[in-house]
Amino acid sequence: MTPLDTKRPLQLNDQGQLRHFLSLDGLRRELLTEILDTADSFLEVGARAVKKVPLLRGKTVCNVFFENSTRTRTTFELAAQRLSADVITLNVSTSSASKGETLLDTLRNLEAMAADMFVVRHGDSGAAHFIAEHVCPQVAIINGGDGRHAHPTQGMLDMLTIRRHKGGFENLSVAIVGDILHSRVARSNMLALKTLGCPDIRVIAPKTLLPIGIEQYGVKVYTDMTEGLKDVDVVIMLRLQRERMTGGLLPSEGEFYRLFGLTTARLAGAKPDAIVMHPGPINRGVEIESAVADGPHSVILNQVTYGIAIRMAVLSMAMSGQTAQRQFEQGQFEQENAQ
Amino acid sequence: MSLPNPAELISQMATRLKAHLEHRGISDPRFIGIRTGGVWVAQALLKELGSDEPLGTLDVSFYRDDFSQNGLHPQVRPSVLPFEIEGQHLVLIDDVLMSGRTIRAAMNELFDYGRPASVTLVCLLDLDAGELPIRPNVVGATLSLAAHERVKLSGPELALELQDLAL
Repeated sequence: MTPLDTKRPLQLNDQGQLRHFLSLDGLRRELLTEILDTADSFLEVGARAVKKVPLLRGKTVCNVFFENSTRTRTTFELAAQRLSADVITLNVSTSSASKGETLLDTLRNLEAMAADMFVVRHGDSGAAHFIAEHVCPQVAIINGGDGRHAHPTQGMLDMLTIRRHKGGFENLSVAIVGDILHSRVARSNMLALKTLGCPDIRVIAPKTLLPIGIEQYGVKVYTDMTEGLKDVDVVIMLRLQRERMTGGLLPSEGEFYRLFGLTTARLAGAKPDAIVMHPGPINRGVEIESAVADGPHSVILNQVTYGIAIRMAVLSMAMSGQTAQRQFEQGQFEQENAQ
Repeated sequence: MSLPNPAELISQMATRLKAHLEHRGISDPRFIGIRTGGVWVAQALLKELGSDEPLGTLDVSFYRDDFSQNGLHPQVRPSVLPFEIEGQHLVLIDDVLMSGRTIRAAMNELFDYGRPASVTLVCLLDLDAGELPIRPNVVGATLSLAAHERVKLSGPELALELQDLAL
């Protein structure tokens, strides 16, 4: 086997195709557009009488969730099933880890079951990266969310939502609102929007919920909701992640809602055809008013549908990239032996 | 070797297709082109038939049997079938029939939309490679090529070109 080229990002193969999907950091616009285009085709599959294609027939996808999840886990399961793969889901928080098994041992056991792909969610930032680097080079690793770091499939499904409702990214103003500090979704969205050429990315949050160095993402920072929402095309609300908060970052949920909750009155400052997004689960009356979540601007449930298509695209592209890499290495090996 | 003129083939194919459908007693067929070349052939054929029937387009990338060798086609597009498949008489149109694998993938895909009453296969060229037992009902011309030769169709103005892989 050829040693890993340090100049090549871990998630790409030698031909620049996806072989893992860990983060949107460093991925080119063409690749993100290819993911969106492929997902568009899979969306059409979801509207058929038989919502299944034979692409991953005979492959095994293993969902390994070290952290709770409903939407991400079930949509990954559905995505894999619609590609005809066999799927097993492991909630590690309720299994061997509680009996003292280490992360590496758990994964080696799954590898021994001949899994072709792991979808991993973990509370620690960098977990998916670590697994891709150290555990199983021929198994594709898909990041289903790692700590505060990245949630790349959520980022891409948000991009698909924006593209399908707004047609593109070139002339858009997009505001990301709420708990930026704890949000891997915010990070993935900022990276994707920047790469896809969105000219006006805004984040709106109280100072205590903004990470240090947020400016490096090329975003405008607002601490006032009315000012930040003025004339935006897209509002991405984030969930207030109380479970990740230690110490007094917020006076109270009521106070947060009063200043940063998305209400009908506040939304009136955005463009008349603005769309409202939320990665879920939504906290009604904490970050978003019910009338907005259920209102005509909301595309929150469309996001769930698009999420399945994005996950189908990423699973099939990573599988495809793994196959190409194996053939490439095989070819090199044969060449070396022939010399 | 000289290649046939596609415009002449289309006119012959239109006549043969009409006769074929008449013979089978099919009065209201649904036309489907396989992306990309098959769609060009289908458009030319519908024009020749003077028909303004909607044309379905099929992208078989998700159904190909070579995914584990070649991976996913990078420019996959959604299939668009603007009519029911269930119970309908279909006319499936492709440009070049070689191994028959594309047609197999296309039929698998069509059956995921419903159970058609019949499928008529129309191809501009049949290269008679015969890897699978799939034969067209209506064909423009049958050619036999050397192993290193390929025919490529460009469109939407149909033009055929002979490619030599040995060069």
